Amino acid sequence: LFSFDLLLDAVVIGVLLGCFYAAVSLGLSVAFGLLDVPHVAHPAFLVLASYAVYFLNEHYGIDPLLAGLLITPLFFVFGLIAYRLYYETFERRGGSDAGVRGIAFFFGIAFIIEVLIILQFGVDQRSVTADYIGKAWRLGDMRIPFRLVVAFAVAAALTILLTLYLSKTFMGRAIRAVAQDQEALRLMGANPIRIKQWAFGIATAVLGIAGALLIIVAPVEPTLDRTYIGRTFCVVVMAGLGSMTGTLVAGIILGVAETIVLTLFGASWAPAISFGMLLAVLAVRPQGLFGRRS
Amino acid sequence: MKRNGIFFWIGAALFLAAAFLMTQVIGNQYPFFAGYVILQFMVLAVAWSILGGHAGYVNFGTSAFFGIGVYTAVFLVKAFAAPLIVQIAAAAAIGALMGFALGFLTLRMQGIFFSIATIALTIVIETTITNWRYVGGAAGIQLERPIVTAPFNNYTQMLFFVQALLVVLAVAISRYIQNSWIGRGLQALRDDELAAECTGVPTLRLKLTACVISGALMCAAGAPAAMYLQYADPSSAFNLNYSVSVLAMSLIGGTAHWAGPIVGAILLGTTQQWLTVTISSEINVLVLGVMLVVFVVGAPEGIIGLVRRVREIATRAKHDAP
Repeated sequence: LFSFDLLLDAVVIGVLLGCFYAAVSLGLSVAFGLLDVPHVAHPAFLVLASYAVYFLNEHYGIDPLLAGLLITPLFFVFGLIAYRLYYETFERRGGSDAGVRGIAFFFGIAFIIEVLIILQFGVDQRSVTADYIGKAWRLGDMRIPFRLVVAFAVAAALTILLTLYLSKTFMGRAIRAVAQDQEALRLMGANPIRIKQWAFGIATAVLGIAGALLIIVAPVEPTLDRTYIGRTFCVVVMAGLGSMTGTLVAGIILGVAETIVLTLFGASWAPAISFGMLLAVLAVRPQGLFGRRS
Repeated sequence: MKRNGIFFWIGAALFLAAAFLMTQVIGNQYPFFAGYVILQFMVLAVAWSILGGHAGYVNFGTSAFFGIGVYTAVFLVKAFAAPLIVQIAAAAAIGALMGFALGFLTLRMQGIFFSIATIALTIVIETTITNWRYVGGAAGIQLERPIVTAPFNNYTQMLFFVQALLVVLAVAISRYIQNSWIGRGLQALRDDELAAECTGVPTLRLKLTACVISGALMCAAGAPAAMYLQYADPSSAFNLNYSVSVLAMSLIGGTAHWAGPIVGAILLGTTQQWLTVTISSEINVLVLGVMLVVFVVGAPEGIIGLVRRVREIATRAKHDAP
């Protein structure tokens, strides 16, 4: 029923895929994990980035990864605006149900993005072309798609860069400080809101590259964000809100689990994996694997 | 309060009489087809508010309850050719059980985490149904309507009236909860769960009650949908759009009063029906998103909140005037 080769194959692909899942979750790890913003529209922004990459690739023949890099500044500004809007309408007004209305707000945004994509690009699947897409790498009996290797390499680099940014730079440390104690920061004379806005900008900017990876790994469609709500939140919650190393580990766990279940039971069970694991983590260990909250 | 009650029941009776009269007089099928959907959303929104409005637990699993209602009906029809009333009753029972389970989830999770967990629950249930061959799997299943009984001369008309009955039931329950100790207890735990527990409010029992009632009503509202469409498939029965629409309706109407969700359901439901016919179903989702954002940002208390504020200003002006 189940051979060792098949298992090894699943694990290797799972690890590659897992790093990719970590990369698409990094932004959410900052936005939800560190800043406590219930950013349900994160996957919608991700899909939007993929379509932007598709547009640049299709019309100007720009390499998808380069296109991802090109839209990054745009997404940074986009993030700054989104946080400002969120802050003015929810965080500043406060109230007991601010978080709940926040989640409704982001769902609204996600739906709007979905429809705008449909109106512009239609409901069909879209993909990009590049030299490394479609080729595979043979390793004995194993066949590793080259696009997964590219996604893996870029994802790993992105995770390391963001980890370094958060631990070594002044702004990065300020972002982690604001997550720990906003009041203390205010007392020291810093403006926590400006820092949070900057952090949200970074979180959204990362989506430019992540969106490029998304469309390199597989074709995208406008409602793909709904599947990725499960994947990204699963990774971030399992990682333990805000831990970058945790995000990588959790992504790999999810990737391996998904590929193993896929080989064993078939693709029709795929959506349940991420959401099921999310549910299990929430119920059993809500603080995640590397939780910042005790 | 007593007088209010009489007015309420007279209103409910008039509403049912009007719905019944419609089925007897109007020959065109379209009003029933569209009206059914609006009524269905009214039940869902009222049921959602019992937990989401009073207790402040935002449930994104409306589509899970709705879908389970649909599939309970599908299973019963396929296995036993059960009549509509049995389908609805069974769906309500299963919904109550699901609500009970959901109630225990609130022990471990609150706020945003509860909301995310309910989304996850929906997808897990949807995937399970998708892999259940007996009820059609991913491809869906066709259903045949039984012959309609008098006094109705069309099955859609009968479903329309049945859904109107469910609306009255849901509103009566919601209204009762609001005016009884259950509603006050739920509001107390919404404001501060720990404080409520400390002062002796039985929070778990109240949350379980709210979850069970809300779940039973949502599932019951979903059951007739199988026969309404004569077809069911997992991706539309468990569509996230139901959850977000119902949330939007409740927030647009306002959750502070039982009438809020009804106002929201009528407003958004009618708009959506009208847009689906005149433009397209994509615009429909766009309007849903825009209205959700606009109301959450601009009128957090919903239409009920706006009306209250206008009234307050009016009374203040009256007092100030010499």
